[in-house]
Amino acid sequence: MLSFIVTFIPRAIVQAVPLLLGCVGETLNEKSGSLNLGIPGVMYVGGISGVIGAFLYEQSAGENFNGFIGVLIPMLACLLGSLLMGLLFCFLTVTLRANQNVTGLAMTTFGVGIGNFFGGSIIKLTGSDVPSITLSITSKAFTKKLPFVHATGAFGKLFLNYSFLTFVAIAIALITAYVLKKTRLGLELRAVGENPATADAAGININRYKYFSICIGCMIAGLGGLYYVMDYASGVWSNDAFGDRGWLAIALVIFSVWRPNWAALESLLFGGLYILYLYIPTGTDFAVKELYKMLPYVATILMLIFISLRNKHENQPPEGLGLPYFREDR
Amino acid sequence: MDNKKKEPLIHITRRKNISRGKEWAIRLGAILAALVVCGIITTLTTHLNPFSVYGAMWDGSFGSERKMWALSKELSILLMISVALAPSFKMKFWNLGGEGQVLAGVLATSACMITLGSKMGNGALILLSLVAALIAGAVWAFIPAFFRAKWNTNETLFTLMMNYVAMQIVAYFIIKWESPKGSGKVGIINSSTEAGWLPYLGGKQYLLVVIVAVIVTVLMYIYLKYSKQGYELTVVGESENTARYVGINVGKVIMRTLVVTGLVCGLVGFLLVSATDHTITTTLAGGRGFLGVMVAWLAHFNPIGMILSGLLIVFMSRGASEISTAFGLNRSFGDIITGIILFFVIGSEFFINYQIHFRKSGKEAADA
Repeated sequence: MLSFIVTFIPRAIVQAVPLLLGCVGETLNEKSGSLNLGIPGVMYVGGISGVIGAFLYEQSAGENFNGFIGVLIPMLACLLGSLLMGLLFCFLTVTLRANQNVTGLAMTTFGVGIGNFFGGSIIKLTGSDVPSITLSITSKAFTKKLPFVHATGAFGKLFLNYSFLTFVAIAIALITAYVLKKTRLGLELRAVGENPATADAAGININRYKYFSICIGCMIAGLGGLYYVMDYASGVWSNDAFGDRGWLAIALVIFSVWRPNWAALESLLFGGLYILYLYIPTGTDFAVKELYKMLPYVATILMLIFISLRNKHENQPPEGLGLPYFREDR
Repeated sequence: MDNKKKEPLIHITRRKNISRGKEWAIRLGAILAALVVCGIITTLTTHLNPFSVYGAMWDGSFGSERKMWALSKELSILLMISVALAPSFKMKFWNLGGEGQVLAGVLATSACMITLGSKMGNGALILLSLVAALIAGAVWAFIPAFFRAKWNTNETLFTLMMNYVAMQIVAYFIIKWESPKGSGKVGIINSSTEAGWLPYLGGKQYLLVVIVAVIVTVLMYIYLKYSKQGYELTVVGESENTARYVGINVGKVIMRTLVVTGLVCGLVGFLLVSATDHTITTTLAGGRGFLGVMVAWLAHFNPIGMILSGLLIVFMSRGASEISTAFGLNRSFGDIITGIILFFVIGSEFFINYQIHFRKSGKEAADA
């Protein structure tokens, strides 16, 4: 049993971190009243921007590869790429007051297109036989573990044997939860998402809050894409491999009822559900495995129904979610 | 005069009314601007002459009879999905589950064709699979509608999740039905007997689909514009409280409207298996459930307008896939181009709904 836990939990965590980062990013968006359905696209863009940065650095550095710079450049590229996507969403939905759902869906089409197009182009540049890019040197720099982990036995394998981005992700989730819940900044942000007209009357700059929370949210979500490529896939980018994790991240926002600190634990549950089918003995009946793969989605639906049935005020989506705000409308 | 309190540079007001001509001029301007930007991006990334790229796109969509038919088929399917979603969205029910509702129809049709293919006459089989597909689509759309109507469960996220549930159920049955065994896919269903296949009208495989699409679009236009039910769902969309006040049973309207949406989505699923693709895959809906949302929204949920917005999207995506083969580009180039066009059209709505006033310069202000 212990050996099962020691192999299962770390694999679930590696699955969970991209979902967690996407979820925290989306939570920040939704708390400001923006249902950003472009998050799957943002995560693709974050991933491919990091890949481009890493690819260029690996090419130019050659033998003199420096681990620190090798991490820094892809990370900055990823943040920049996802920031641009965030600005696009802000400009369309906040400044131009466009419909959020339509803009988000268009952004997802666009972002997945960007990812696959540039991914395909780099694959072509390297002229490899397999349809993927391998950035193993950068990935190794990203997945560097704490040096004393092996001395700590099962405990270390369970809790410490992860790359720095894993810890960063958990820290981001906890900090976001704290800021949202305990600080004045978070209070004002929540006011913007719940009722922008009231917040506006209280002298809060609605557009500034929306721009900042959407952009920061998108950058966090973009890191999820980077984590997927560098940690989970060990530096291998192949087109469409990221799959539907972006939507799962949005599902996780509901499942965690807009609380990033809960999401830190529940992402583990989602990650576990996502790979559970690999561990359930089904004999030769491979078809049943496909049914197990729907567990995270079914769990989300049940959660949605549950929170609407209980109808508790603090578990509801932000009231202004999905609605544009125009001061002169009454 | 107090100089410190300056008027803001830009002042925005909502337009009261805008002439049709001006509205369309803004939209066309946005599309033209998008084409220019796409041209610049194409040239930057591929070093090709943008005019020859657009020429190739035009050829790829309208170049030959075969390509025209492929375009009409694509447009018909996308149009029907958009038309199916229109009543939901007009009611402000954010149905992102078109994908799953179509897949439900696909699954029902395939189930009938595979299990009953050799047991009944062709006519009866087609009829049975049609009915099964309609019911499956309607049920899949009804489930989120029921919870929304009863307990106000968030429909955007519910319908979104239902897509993936449908996808995994389809994946399950694909493995159950796979042929040949171990290939992981269902080949062409009943390829030797053609049982359950819709007939080719006039020797053209897609003619029937196009005719059905035209009928569905016109019927939906009439339903939304002239029927009592269409009126009721519009009222619910404008304001649920008003609807309740005038005695409309809001929950009933929500469920009924979603059943209408589901029926049409089920029909699309039936056509995809029985008339065009003759197979079942998890990606048979191919993102068109989402694309349909945008097509419907761009046309302001007017089914006739969707013919235009649908044509724009299909032309761009088919044209882009044509240039990607012609110039050796990645297929995803089409998604980027489609995305850019959508951004421009979405952004242009602002200039239709709002008017921008710049601060008058000192002299003008003095004159006024």
